[in-house]
Amino acid sequence: MITMLMAVELILNSVNINFVAFNKYLYPGKLDGVFFAIFVITIAAAEAAIAIAIIINLYRSHHSIDVEDASELKY
Amino acid sequence: MNASEILFYIISACILVGGLLAVTARKIFRSAIFLLFSLIGIAALFFWMEVEFIAAVQIIIYAGGIVVLIIFSIFLTQKSGDEMPHPVRKRAVFSAMAVLLGFAFTFNLIRQYGFTPDPVASFNIKVADIGTQMLSTKEHGYVLPFEVVSILLLAAMIGCIVIAMKTKPVEEKIKIPEGQPL
Repeated sequence: MITMLMAVELILNSVNINFVAFNKYLYPGKLDGVFFAIFVITIAAAEAAIAIAIIINLYRSHHSIDVEDASELKY
Repeated sequence: MNASEILFYIISACILVGGLLAVTARKIFRSAIFLLFSLIGIAALFFWMEVEFIAAVQIIIYAGGIVVLIIFSIFLTQKSGDEMPHPVRKRAVFSAMAVLLGFAFTFNLIRQYGFTPDPVASFNIKVADIGTQMLSTKEHGYVLPFEVVSILLLAAMIGCIVIAMKTKPVEEKIKIPEGQPL
């Protein structure tokens, strides 16, 4: 499950690179891409905190953080 | 090929190799360390693009906060020396197909679009400009998303505390030892 969290962080970072690069090379007079990058970073931080809380709680109740083991709500 | 381009290719190779190793490494602690390398490479790329503010924010939040949080939770929840189980083969095949499809789609879009860069205006941002525009209530101000994001962060903080809180049994009370003055 931590691997899933790391993968999401990588995806959000790649989006950030795109925002900043397009802002720099296509619209150099504006700042909107920079703002979007800042907001994406903020939301990624909030999401990481929530994910860590969920992981710790899942470990406390299941003694494992494999997503295959948490199947009570599946069906 | 000048020095700036060579630097760009070195930085992007660092990012790509770090990201690939982060998702394919068998041991989860190594995976976190490769993620750290990739994030620092992204910060270096922001420095290369001369957006120093975003680079500083990236280093502070990701390398200083999120990776430490991830390593902390790895040590809390599992033995870091264990190897992770191999992924299911069918799932690996389908994810590789999804990656290839997405890459082909994006590459096709970018190839057809043909970007025309704006060579006239120079891109140098000052942190004061970022602050002024972020908190302005005028036409291109970003004060509403700023407030919404602050509410979101507050909600996430409270949510984290509520989720990770231990539920104590209700009938447990503080026992005052007898015979001692309060």
